[in-house]
Amino acid sequence: MKDVNPRVLGIRDPVSLQSLAARITEQIAQGEQKPFQRVIDVSCGDPHRAGMPPLSFARQVLAVCLYPELLKESSFPVDVRQRAEKLLGACNGGSVGSYSASSCGIPQIQKSVAEFITRRDGGVASDPEDIIFSSGSQKTLKLVLHLLSSGQGPTQTGLLTPLPCPHTLPMLLDEVGVKLVPYQLLEERGWAIDLEELHRALKAARRHCEPRAIYISNPGNPTGHVQDLKTIEEVIRFAASERLVLLVEEVYQDSVFGQDKKFLSYKKVLFEMGASFSESVEMVSFHSISAGTMGECGLRGGYMEVINMDLLVKNFLTSMQGPSSPPVLPQLALEIMVNPPSPGDASYEVFTQEILQKVETLAQNAQRACEFLNAVPGMSCQPAMGGVFLYPRLHLPAEIIQEAQRSGLRADVLYCKKLLEEEGVCLGPGSENGHDDENYHIRLCISAPTAVLEDVLKRLRSFHLWIQDRHH
Amino acid sequence: MSVLQEISSDVRNMKQMENFVLFRRTNEIKEELRRGVRKSYREVIDVSWGDPHRAGVKPLSFVRQVLAACLYSELMDGDKLMVDVKQRAQRLLGTCAGGSVGSYCATAGIPQTLQSVSQYIMRRDGGVPCHPENIYISPGSQWALTNILKVLVNSEASPRTGVLIPVPCHSTTIISLTTLGAVAVPYYLREERGWALEMEELQRALDSAKGVCNPVALYMINPGNPAGYVQSRKSIQEVIRFAAEKKLFLLADEVFQDCVYGKESEFVSYKRALAEIGAPLSDSVELASFHTASKGLMGECGLRTGYVELVNLDPAVMKHINNLFSTNSCPILGQIALDVMVNPPQPGDPSYPLYLKETQHIRASLAQNVRRVEEVINSFPDFSCQPLEGGAFAFPRLFLPPKAIERAKEAGLQPDTFYCLRLLEEAGVLFSPGTEYGQKEGTYHIRFCIMTPSDTMEEILRRLSAFHEQFMKEFS
Repeated sequence: MKDVNPRVLGIRDPVSLQSLAARITEQIAQGEQKPFQRVIDVSCGDPHRAGMPPLSFARQVLAVCLYPELLKESSFPVDVRQRAEKLLGACNGGSVGSYSASSCGIPQIQKSVAEFITRRDGGVASDPEDIIFSSGSQKTLKLVLHLLSSGQGPTQTGLLTPLPCPHTLPMLLDEVGVKLVPYQLLEERGWAIDLEELHRALKAARRHCEPRAIYISNPGNPTGHVQDLKTIEEVIRFAASERLVLLVEEVYQDSVFGQDKKFLSYKKVLFEMGASFSESVEMVSFHSISAGTMGECGLRGGYMEVINMDLLVKNFLTSMQGPSSPPVLPQLALEIMVNPPSPGDASYEVFTQEILQKVETLAQNAQRACEFLNAVPGMSCQPAMGGVFLYPRLHLPAEIIQEAQRSGLRADVLYCKKLLEEEGVCLGPGSENGHDDENYHIRLCISAPTAVLEDVLKRLRSFHLWIQDRHH
Repeated sequence: MSVLQEISSDVRNMKQMENFVLFRRTNEIKEELRRGVRKSYREVIDVSWGDPHRAGVKPLSFVRQVLAACLYSELMDGDKLMVDVKQRAQRLLGTCAGGSVGSYCATAGIPQTLQSVSQYIMRRDGGVPCHPENIYISPGSQWALTNILKVLVNSEASPRTGVLIPVPCHSTTIISLTTLGAVAVPYYLREERGWALEMEELQRALDSAKGVCNPVALYMINPGNPAGYVQSRKSIQEVIRFAAEKKLFLLADEVFQDCVYGKESEFVSYKRALAEIGAPLSDSVELASFHTASKGLMGECGLRTGYVELVNLDPAVMKHINNLFSTNSCPILGQIALDVMVNPPQPGDPSYPLYLKETQHIRASLAQNVRRVEEVINSFPDFSCQPLEGGAFAFPRLFLPPKAIERAKEAGLQPDTFYCLRLLEEAGVLFSPGTEYGQKEGTYHIRFCIMTPSDTMEEILRRLSAFHEQFMKEFS
């Protein structure tokens, strides 16, 4: 291979703390002595990794779908068996091993998702043909970004991206050749969006690229901010007047716990703004089974709903899926997510209990962790209203920053590396979320059993105090 | 006007897939049947995909039991499942973060699965070493292929990057290539010689690229898709030497390696053939070889899992490949299926008898189908099929009468699409037209999946024969 594609060369190196965490886990398994017994990795939104249990109903249904002999198994609740039968009927050859009927996904499930969206949005209609499935929301996002990507240098497509943004986004943009144009969120106001900042960022961006779209994460990843009606309307007006496509990632929509906070879908707000907006603003909204109460990251399932998109563009999106037909089992999981057990169903009680417990745990964790971290000298944390992350700010001693410079690492990366090596806790450095100046942050996933989170917090505090002590 | 439409030239230049008109009509017919419209058939038999389960082949019990147990571990309580199923599920769950298939995994895949795969490759290749660090598990082999192509293809370059591809070639690869902005440089396989690859033809193809594009890679499918050939060791080594001489990166799509049934045929991997050539080629020729859980006896297309093994790549390039693969996560369940595929039940295991029975049944059906397809197709004077040696498809040639070709043109369709559409309408059987895959100018083919239960194949052949006679008579 003489020349590697420059686009691939341009993909920034991943931080790789996770591989270090895996290596250390392996070393412990081999019997090496460490100052801790096990590594706890809460750097990603991966609740099962941290020990959160999956939803029983979902797992039971999926197990039966995989091995239909279990349809005869009376120990499974009757609604589990009925749902599995219905879902298997939607699969070609009655098997989850078949390709999906269409490259967008299984038609009956597209319909279920559309119905869910319609219910969620108080009647604003959703068309099954606008629902495109893929193996994870990032994958569907990539499809859309590929469409947006064009040009080089001053004509390169730019994407207005929140700062901080989901940590997987920067590399994705590198890969598709779209320029990341950051708009700062207001930390002091719980990471709210500032309209003036949007204008500023756009104006500045237009000098060196062509911004074509704006990315929104609501509830925010990693910030935990939940946008209010006024904000959403402002953003939509902004996008409409500047002719930007709205890419709205709403994967944590079922994880809102802040007091008096409610998830408002961009689509619903758009439609309530009247025909001049609802018939013209182009929007794509993303959801996933990886997030929220399902937390099934390893199953790889997500969908996007395309709104006001030209038919030609839609056709292109669906035909681009061709070579990468979405996996079947996650679509079934999606169906379960949008159609949970109803009151009266055999599994309803257990299901509701499990969901309640998860949301309560999340709310408690968010509050506890925020209070705890704010009490640690040299740390400050905005409260989270939703989502699964906390994103505290670090005040680092000058010596750490210098040491980092000498090793060619960012200071927050060095911090996380040392934290991992000293305390066996793996967090995410804010650099991955786009913070690449002295605004040091770390991110931690709070969707974990409370005891695990306590452990993480204690180790983190102990480490942070030690770091500050060492350098005084 | 749509913002997106303005930007993307790909949208503006999009070509409608030939198959689209067939898919749409299939859905309409299915709907008509549901509503009770009378037809000469009660259901549509769709063998246009390489999808055995769709065609009615049953999944293998062992793999499904393990998967179910991994999803819902309570299943392991009591005696519902055999001991070896439970042991396997427990071992595999132990390799997942948090003991759950719902967690993310490392970029290249679960380390233990990578180990299993590399050991399988070593066994397959008679001991040729295989390192887990050179393997990447991916959500489907096409996804891995697209990623490797992404590294090779520079869409902004002038002249554009070229990739040599066989004619016929399965359509998903063609789509991947064009989406990436690469130029497909076709080399024609010689149908009359069992779809043999002739070196003069490779040279001609390479020469044709001069001044048009910059060829960097040679893509080969073995066993074939859609054509059912299995390449000989000699042919593979010729290709390797050619690639070495012309400095081409070898892309070996070997997803059907477990589907070989020709009596004289043997699957030899490109990697093994390369190793047998010896140094210096064995240390220098760059090769990517692709495999999957979708094909073979497991046929688990819906799980979406495959892998790529990279041979002789520069460590610097491997680093970039790693970055690229890290932008997407692979499904855990698929990796579990992969583990079972490379480590099936062995004699002595409690699940072995059932496993043996099921796999033998699938193989026997396949062998029977092959025999019957060749028999029936070759019995028609205007229909011919090269010997089927491997893969999951038949790709017979149709000798269409001029009147049929004329009628097709009037309808704005390719002649083989026209044939397939009529076959669908009148016989309720869905094949795919040779146009999708590329074929020599003036020749027409159809492709259909032969991994089906035997009685399904009999029904297909019955309907096909009746239709074919009728069709040929109509246009004689």
